[in-house]
Amino acid sequence: MESSVKLELQKVANRIRRHVIEGTFCAKCGHPGGSLSAADMLAYLYFKEMRIDPKNPKWEDRDRFVLSKGHAAPALYGALALRGFFAEDEIKNLRQIGSMLQGHPSMRLIPGVDMSTGSLGQGFSTAAGMALSAKLNKKDYRVYAILGDGEIQEGQVWETAMFAPNKGLSNLTAIIDNNNLQIDGTVEEVNSPYPIAEKFAAFGWDTVEIDGHDFDQIEMAIEKAKASDKPMAVIMKTVKGKGVSYMEDVCGWHGKAPNADEYKTAVEELDAAYAELCK
Amino acid sequence: MSDIIKVATRDSYARALCELGNEKKNMYVLDADLAGATKTGVFQKAFPERFVDCGIAEQNMMSIAAGLAACDNLVFASSFAMFAAGRAFEQVRNSICYPKLNVKIGATHAGISVGEDGASHQCCEDIAIMRTLPNMVIINPADDTEAFLATKAAAAFDGPTYLRFGRLAVPVIFGSDYKFEIGKGVVLEDGSDVTIIATGLMVCRALEAAELLKNEGISARVVNMATIKPLDVQIVLESAAKTGAIVTAEEHSIIGGLGSAVAEAVCEAGAGVPVVRVGVEDTFGKSGPAVALLDYYKLNAAGIAEKAKKAISLK
Repeated sequence: MESSVKLELQKVANRIRRHVIEGTFCAKCGHPGGSLSAADMLAYLYFKEMRIDPKNPKWEDRDRFVLSKGHAAPALYGALALRGFFAEDEIKNLRQIGSMLQGHPSMRLIPGVDMSTGSLGQGFSTAAGMALSAKLNKKDYRVYAILGDGEIQEGQVWETAMFAPNKGLSNLTAIIDNNNLQIDGTVEEVNSPYPIAEKFAAFGWDTVEIDGHDFDQIEMAIEKAKASDKPMAVIMKTVKGKGVSYMEDVCGWHGKAPNADEYKTAVEELDAAYAELCK
Repeated sequence: MSDIIKVATRDSYARALCELGNEKKNMYVLDADLAGATKTGVFQKAFPERFVDCGIAEQNMMSIAAGLAACDNLVFASSFAMFAAGRAFEQVRNSICYPKLNVKIGATHAGISVGEDGASHQCCEDIAIMRTLPNMVIINPADDTEAFLATKAAAAFDGPTYLRFGRLAVPVIFGSDYKFEIGKGVVLEDGSDVTIIATGLMVCRALEAAELLKNEGISARVVNMATIKPLDVQIVLESAAKTGAIVTAEEHSIIGGLGSAVAEAVCEAGAGVPVVRVGVEDTFGKSGPAVALLDYYKLNAAGIAEKAKKAISLK
């Protein structure tokens, strides 16, 4: 990847993270940890990869994105706002009565949201349904879904894992945000999903394992997905809370908002990193 | 009685699906390994390229249906009522109803009349649980004619719809001139002493009950309530005012279904008339021949007539 492109994506990811902190701080609740871990992939998909038009969010030939781990909504909202689907100021209204920005994504209220999600496991299946629609109607759009590594403990995920290769859904890419933490502890402690790639491979998927904070590796994985004649599972190793020092790899930041002091620290860290990228 | 034509509403559903397949090119039918029983296999034969067998995975099927509908397709998803409304309840709620997607759930094998398979497959709770879902329309047709028309009406309507069909062949009671409209009850017989509001296969039995009551000098009004949500409140209140007593009849639990919906409407309007429910009385079913089971649970003309007299006594 060209360094100028990578730099732009790094800036976008930083600003997505800034929106995650702003949104959860204003709401006094929400899920910063798993939003921060997915920010780089969202930056890549929305600013480099997907065929979308913010002026025409319902464009029928657009690529689709489903945030199956719907609790990472603050990161998705940040990406959509930065991409121009709605005003960045909206982020301050996250989770408030009267705001379109629901705690979990709503396709009926928010421009650019392709599917309402929040109940784990279901978004992945709906993404497969969209991919199936493209195949049945001979359309060439692609469908991306981000799942949590805890989410794949849901049985429905494996119903879809079985379905997608059987129906030839080579246009479907499942991205597993493997930050290794869920609400009650590490994913191994709670109910280990490992080995993840081998499980998807056994169901007939192509798989690739990458560092989810490295744009070169993200690009390689997405290009590999596009070239494959099978659905692709991208298992991306990530750090929960990435980009905010005290949140990194700490389980407690799954579903908790920063207080005023924590907010200040997070903003200082992210803004300093942004200034560094702009040098 | 031998000249009465009987058809299972699951067959009427399949007939309507095939006609719709010709009319609507964006229509897809999904099933979960029950195509032979739900009769979607008839559609599969006619339109193999627009049929998707999801295998024994109803939760995935409902969310797949949602994904297809989100891409502007008309989707019918079928399984037995037990698995469509029961197993996949939360997918119906979160993937289909919350985003108000255009998915039609064709749920067959509803109620006790599943017969020999027994309690595990006799779903008598589906109307109750589907009724709590915002955006959901529920239709429980009475016969072949109505099941066909209801399926076509559901296809013409944009939004989630739960169509409830039976396994058992039931008498055809409506002719080709019958008009079906979502949300409209139909007065089949007028009467002055009591109103029987029935749905599904109980409509035919309600008409028989009215005959039994007539022999005892009781004049019963009979209303066919195919659409349970949105309920035709107007016809309920009109019946309450006209006859002063109501009996509901459904092949479903007395908890949460048509009986509950009618009682809610009567109470909230302060109509102040007794509402007595005929249905499965908070119990699981059991194995047996379908018609014998309907008699066993008093889901028959005699059972309705008995409750009608009870309702009149409460006036």
